[in-house]
Amino acid sequence: MGWLQIVLFCAVFTAIVPLLGGYMARVFSGERVLLTPVLGPLERGIYRVLRVDRERSMSWKAYAGTLIVFSGLFWLALYLILRTQTLHPWNLDGFHSGTWDVTFNTVSSFITNTNWQFYGGETTLSFFSQMAGLAVQNFVSAAVGIVVAITLIRAIANRRQGTAGLGNFWVDVTRTLLYVLLPIAVVGALVLVSQGVIQSLGRASFGPLGPVASQEIIKELGTNGGGFFNVNAADPFENPNGLTNFIEMLAMIAIPASLTFTYGRMVGSRRQGWTIFGAMFALFAISTVVVYVAELHGTPAQHAAGIHGANMEGKELRFGTSGTALWTAVTTVTSTGAVNAAFESLTALGGMIPMVDLAYGESVFGGVGSGLYTMLLYALLAVFIGGLMVGRTPEFLGKKIEAREIKLVVLGLLATPLTVLLATALATATKYDAPSVFASGPQGFSETLYAYLSQANNNGSAFAGFTGYVQPTPGNLGAHGIAFADLLGGLSMLFARFAPIVITLGIAGALVTKRVAPAGLGTMRTDTPTFGVLLIGTVVLIGALTFFPAILLGPVVQGLTTHLF
Amino acid sequence: MTKSLTTSLRAVIVFTLLLGLAYPLAITGIAQVAFPGRADGSPIEQGGRVVGSTLLAHAYRLPVLGADGKPRKAADGTPITKPNPRYFQPRPSATGYAPEATFFANRGPNSAAARAFYAQQVKAYLALERPYDPGLKAAAIPPDAVTTSGSGVDPQISPANAAIQAHRVAAVRRLPLATVRRLIANATQGRSLGLLGQPGVNVTELDLALDREAR
Repeated sequence: MGWLQIVLFCAVFTAIVPLLGGYMARVFSGERVLLTPVLGPLERGIYRVLRVDRERSMSWKAYAGTLIVFSGLFWLALYLILRTQTLHPWNLDGFHSGTWDVTFNTVSSFITNTNWQFYGGETTLSFFSQMAGLAVQNFVSAAVGIVVAITLIRAIANRRQGTAGLGNFWVDVTRTLLYVLLPIAVVGALVLVSQGVIQSLGRASFGPLGPVASQEIIKELGTNGGGFFNVNAADPFENPNGLTNFIEMLAMIAIPASLTFTYGRMVGSRRQGWTIFGAMFALFAISTVVVYVAELHGTPAQHAAGIHGANMEGKELRFGTSGTALWTAVTTVTSTGAVNAAFESLTALGGMIPMVDLAYGESVFGGVGSGLYTMLLYALLAVFIGGLMVGRTPEFLGKKIEAREIKLVVLGLLATPLTVLLATALATATKYDAPSVFASGPQGFSETLYAYLSQANNNGSAFAGFTGYVQPTPGNLGAHGIAFADLLGGLSMLFARFAPIVITLGIAGALVTKRVAPAGLGTMRTDTPTFGVLLIGTVVLIGALTFFPAILLGPVVQGLTTHLF
Repeated sequence: MTKSLTTSLRAVIVFTLLLGLAYPLAITGIAQVAFPGRADGSPIEQGGRVVGSTLLAHAYRLPVLGADGKPRKAADGTPITKPNPRYFQPRPSATGYAPEATFFANRGPNSAAARAFYAQQVKAYLALERPYDPGLKAAAIPPDAVTTSGSGVDPQISPANAAIQAHRVAAVRRLPLATVRRLIANATQGRSLGLLGQPGVNVTELDLALDREAR
């Protein structure tokens, strides 16, 4: 039954890919879609208020500049909201604001689509902060990721000479929000409520309620992951049964997986899209199988106490081991980071898989948009490596890949791993990391490594013993942040999000003007299983070479011993 | 630059109003009308009074009395309690079953402290159940009974866990075992759509049903 659920999930999300992928291709090509009669007036109204000329196509520099200014202003707005909680409506318990350092971390986290949480939602935030602050970013940061992927697709697909424009940022963001994210969120939120996810601005005699369903669906759909409650989707009010668990997993993977089809359609060859999907799917399937098999066994600590059977520590009964294991793989290959169980309590091998998924660098489905553009960067690198092997100038869909592009690709792919390793090294080599670490032994190192892997990869899941905020009682009064962890984490998230985005836009700017050479006999094809395997090899090789030593020190050491620490 | 700054400022306001207020408030309005109980935490009403939520565990505990006959308290002032044997007990919780401040227990796989915790849980479970189920061995205890749930308010226990506790509840309440088993069957929630998730026994509903049966 457990395996059957996993197979069913794979079948359903694969079936969604051509539908949603084709729909998004039409949305981003500016075509009429089913929802145009309903949303068209709202869309035009927004352009009027923003005073944008929807016909104006932007150069990569203008596009990147606008994206940075837009995200920067939202950063300030969110900081302002979170620091003025005493003035908020819907602040039922009169919560104060969090400290400056944890707020810096939280704001950076939500602007970058990470949703790393040092704060506990239900004990620190007003409903207003959750709705008008965080949930807005769940939409907007997701849209920012998607539009970057779309510009890269447009640049690769462009066949017209002399075009330097990548599209209009405002139009792309508005259409993503109105035509893709909002309609699915509205329907999904109501389905979740029908299953028991709460949606209320009041309270009940047994505890606090909240506007949860409206946030739950977009947190999964936009691969954000920030829970309304501290225990995220393990809380029955966020995820009450097997069906909601299934729907929420589908929401996480739907857009990242479908964008591969969008890509295939927009470049005029669906096989290109399916090849990338296939490479992603293979790596995802391996992760799922390993974590499921691992969690069917208990931990050394449980065995030592005479407990037999699956590892149920930190898990909820209703999802079963397979529903928890599948979620663990889905949330870490996509950059969602929502959890339905405590990752810190996974077995050593089961807990290594999320780290390996993060080490793929958001390329296996990945975040909405960010997954596809990272994988396309890997594809450019794979073409380059393949070209070197056969001694030909590498081409990607007829566009010559030259020194400038390859330099940018390498910079774009190394920005995140470098951030992870430097931040982890800085933390563990100094005394400032110790106040954040909960566990002893290799698990303590795993907590730190995981924290920076997760934040730099804009994932947001955690070995949650790691802390950056200490709160004696609910409501932020008398609480203090651990400034080192808050700031280093926040800066890691910002750098590892926006550096690759700007570099990707730079690559798009370089590719868009390139002349297209007709494919010849010697051209390396990028729509074959052979290329899929080369692509997997490139991703695994870079991930392994970068992170193997670090992962050895944490989960691998623990997996090889029954010693308790 | 100035242009994108003013456009961005407008966008921040427009998108916050649309996505941060209009969207969640509209969903709240629709949900409150279409799914009144579900949207408000699936409350259980009994005699016109809300007695709990079907989605939250409720633990029935008794105060532990000291030699002076007064309830004993731990060093931090919280009262020391023990399970009330008349009720099925939910899974261990890191948070004292509090839904308003959730957190994970974060017990690692190779943690010595975790082993000590599990050993103590196994001992307590055997002490509670073995008098009514003499053949019970540590190896037969279902893992969910002695490990902390994720949310701290997991409302379910495994059917195997319920089957063991049934002996105690039936004996203490002087109910036929068959009656208790029937109530367990009624409180067992299957997989969603017969396929998704894992069957579990809802302890909150089961304990309320027991009280109704006794009346």
